[in-house]
Amino acid sequence: MRLSFTLNGGSVETDVAPGATLMELLRGLGAVSVKDGCARGDCGSCAVLLDGRAVTACLLFAGQVEGLRITTAEGLADEVGLHPLQQALLEAGGVQCGFCTPGILMAAADLLEREPEPTEAQVRVGLAGNLCRCTGYVKIVEAVQDAAAMMASATPVAEGEEVGHG
Amino acid sequence: MGEKFEVVGHNERKVDGTALVQGKPVFVADLPERAGTLHLALKTSPHPHARIRAIDTSAAEALDGVALVMTHENTPDRPYTTAGQGYPEPSPYDTRMFSPKVRFIGDRVAAVAADTLETARAALDLIHVEYEVLEPVLSIDEALADGAPLVHDEPLSDAWQADRNIAAYSEAVAGDVEAGLASADASVDVTVETHYGQHAPIEPHVVSSYLDEHDRLVLVSSTQVPFHARRIIGYLLDVPVHRIRVIKPRIGGGFGVKQEVLLEDLLALTTLRTGRPASMIYTREQEFYASRTRHPMRVRMRLGADADGTIQAIDMDVISNTGAYGTHSLTVLSNVGSKTLPMYNLAPNIRFIGRAVYTNLPVAGAYRGYGATQGQYAMEVAIDQLAGKLGMDPLEVRSKNHIREGGTSPIFRELGEGREGVEQTIGSCELPACIELGAERIGWANKRGQRRREGSWVYGVGMSIHMQGSGIPLIDMAAASIKLNDDGSINLAVGATDLGTGSDTVLGQIAAEVIGIPLAKVIVTSSDTDLTPFDTGAYASSTTYVSGTAVRKAADEVRGQLVAAAAEMLDADPAELEVADEQITAPDGRSVTLEKIALRSLYGANQHQIAATASSVPEVSPPPFIASFAEVAVDTDTGHIHVLDYVVAADCGTAVHPRLAEGQVEGAVANGIGYALSEDLAIDDRGRARGVDFGRYKIPVTLDLPMIETVLVDSYDPTGPMGAKSIAEIGINAPLPTIANAVHDATGIWLTQSPYTAERVWRALREEGIDASEV
Repeated sequence: MRLSFTLNGGSVETDVAPGATLMELLRGLGAVSVKDGCARGDCGSCAVLLDGRAVTACLLFAGQVEGLRITTAEGLADEVGLHPLQQALLEAGGVQCGFCTPGILMAAADLLEREPEPTEAQVRVGLAGNLCRCTGYVKIVEAVQDAAAMMASATPVAEGEEVGHG
Repeated sequence: MGEKFEVVGHNERKVDGTALVQGKPVFVADLPERAGTLHLALKTSPHPHARIRAIDTSAAEALDGVALVMTHENTPDRPYTTAGQGYPEPSPYDTRMFSPKVRFIGDRVAAVAADTLETARAALDLIHVEYEVLEPVLSIDEALADGAPLVHDEPLSDAWQADRNIAAYSEAVAGDVEAGLASADASVDVTVETHYGQHAPIEPHVVSSYLDEHDRLVLVSSTQVPFHARRIIGYLLDVPVHRIRVIKPRIGGGFGVKQEVLLEDLLALTTLRTGRPASMIYTREQEFYASRTRHPMRVRMRLGADADGTIQAIDMDVISNTGAYGTHSLTVLSNVGSKTLPMYNLAPNIRFIGRAVYTNLPVAGAYRGYGATQGQYAMEVAIDQLAGKLGMDPLEVRSKNHIREGGTSPIFRELGEGREGVEQTIGSCELPACIELGAERIGWANKRGQRRREGSWVYGVGMSIHMQGSGIPLIDMAAASIKLNDDGSINLAVGATDLGTGSDTVLGQIAAEVIGIPLAKVIVTSSDTDLTPFDTGAYASSTTYVSGTAVRKAADEVRGQLVAAAAEMLDADPAELEVADEQITAPDGRSVTLEKIALRSLYGANQHQIAATASSVPEVSPPPFIASFAEVAVDTDTGHIHVLDYVVAADCGTAVHPRLAEGQVEGAVANGIGYALSEDLAIDDRGRARGVDFGRYKIPVTLDLPMIETVLVDSYDPTGPMGAKSIAEIGINAPLPTIANAVHDATGIWLTQSPYTAERVWRALREEGIDASEV
């Protein structure tokens, strides 16, 4: 079947087998940050942003993304550089083996979109669908809060508006 | 202490980090698939114990797209071990690629290589197997019973007593333990039992293979042991080592399970037989039931002490369940004693007896902690029980008895890994500081013994202390090569295998420190059997200490060559030159940059490649130490344990990269908490593992864990590179006893069987007559 959607800002038109999962499709297209850790929605390693919301790509059929906008870890950095979440994960030591990292980034990006200044508890809820076996999550949780602070301080302030805490 | 470092001890950016956060194709399964790649699928035994009477693969072979079907009938009948250990491996050669007798549910029956994975899987269903089902051995007790069925009834010379289902035996004796126990003022006798746990790396085992342009076999593998994998595959398939290349890209976690050569043989044989590239990934279910696990054990610990708390006798009796094959059976077993007993080294009377038994259950192997996890569980619960009998604070009993700097233990000499150990004196031990800092941070003085209640919840604190090693002395060997490039950067090639721990970064820091350059000027390559020098691999907490020492030595040599070249260029006395900030400076202030030295040595005068290779085989294995503390709440209604707070104070010598070191502790503790509370392979009464997906094998998520805190205490080991010891394994040993001791503080029950599920705790509370109505 023929399918068109947006991947990391570029439009994609491709043929896909009707039974293929979104994970299989994206990996086949070279978006290998979408990791296969369990193929049944348990581990979160295949999380991608679908119209801005984190979903596990192994549980969706490829055909379900017709006309939608998909972001993967490959599309998180822009021409200016790494996304604050990527920077913060590096600085905080939130990356060990790095296999779960792309999925964590997607879940965290979704969270910060909805909740720009999350508490530790909110970060823990936001990442509860992502398994990491290396870190114990301490430095990942810290990194998401660090990234939130980075993004808040980088947000352009409207004229006349007071600058909040740094 | 006192050394000042520029790169070591700093939280440098992880050398592979930027690629990883961008999801670059760095893992085996991410690399482009070669044209004509075959995909492998595995048929495993549905019976715990059976003989294959007949196997018919004709229909599978006839299926369009199938290239090869492998069974015991057409593969090498050569005994070997999957244990990726030094040669000769101290594990029995009790395994074959395929055996006519299957020994656990999940044992190999056949493998199919086909054009697509779907075809390979479809072909599996077309293989008809006729089994003669045999009586299985499904527990330690069944294995040791008179007249038990034999898991290995084939001729097997290197298991301890295969005719009694005993794969391995280990013992060590010092003094007279019975006399010591008999004359003790206080004694305890406790038996703990541990269960089947699995490593659960998020990346399962994955290997791809192909023939290069010279028809050499290339294996790209997610392995902790590329050099052992090359040797073992060469032996098993009768291929000269020089015809094999093993490449390790990034690894998505290992924790010991990738110290096993589990898939490489299937890929190698497929590519050798067909000439085609091949690839195979374990499914998550196979990763759980058909890879490796932690040895379940029964450990009986008897302690005897004087009235003042001085321990006089320690008796440790261990039965380990190695499952169907004896991979790591002897070495994990001996480690139960060798990593547990030296902690309380004042005791003059010590006895250790261990047996590892075969069963028709999943195969155990190397798993972070490597026997210390089980042994220290028994010891640290016994110490708390002893403190209770003596009416002493558990901190006091430990402080009175634990090993210190300058101390030794006969166990270091008596118990090695599969052979005699190596004598050593402790060169660094900051346990007193660890205990003090941890106790203060958890609030020991205010919270211990309070049994505070809130609704149905009751609160308690507990602790335990731990040691590990830093490599295997006089066995582990590592080498490193460094060469200088035009711009003053260096290539650092190490056989050491970064499996996600950050060892590439740590080793790069050591080289950068010695040569006086920033980490960004170190290009780290690990590991490729064609391109990097030998290293036994990433296990036994060896990389920072053993491989780090090789890197330091190679860097020292390169530094010496740089200084010699600079002395020529500056016409100065080499002894007076200073190396720092990418340049070499004479006392009068004149200097040359490393770039200038490099350009001169490559293109100018006295042309030569500034480079060195060095090796390290340490004679000792300095233990890191930790003190572990937790505060728990126990719901007396449901038996649920909530870990509220967790603190580890650690002595790992110099922390080469403090944040990565903390990450090792936190990850290990998280894994240990999961093992203590919720992770369970859950073997049923037929021998089938039920916990074979992340739904049923419950590893901790963010919501299950507190903000684990790591305190790195100031320490320096005189034998380590820049004073460093290991840190990666030790933390996993802590949660079993720390949580058990905290639950006892809260409720008065002793948890001596893992995991501490709500049901098990609830039953224990009821047996003690504790329920919510008491609140």
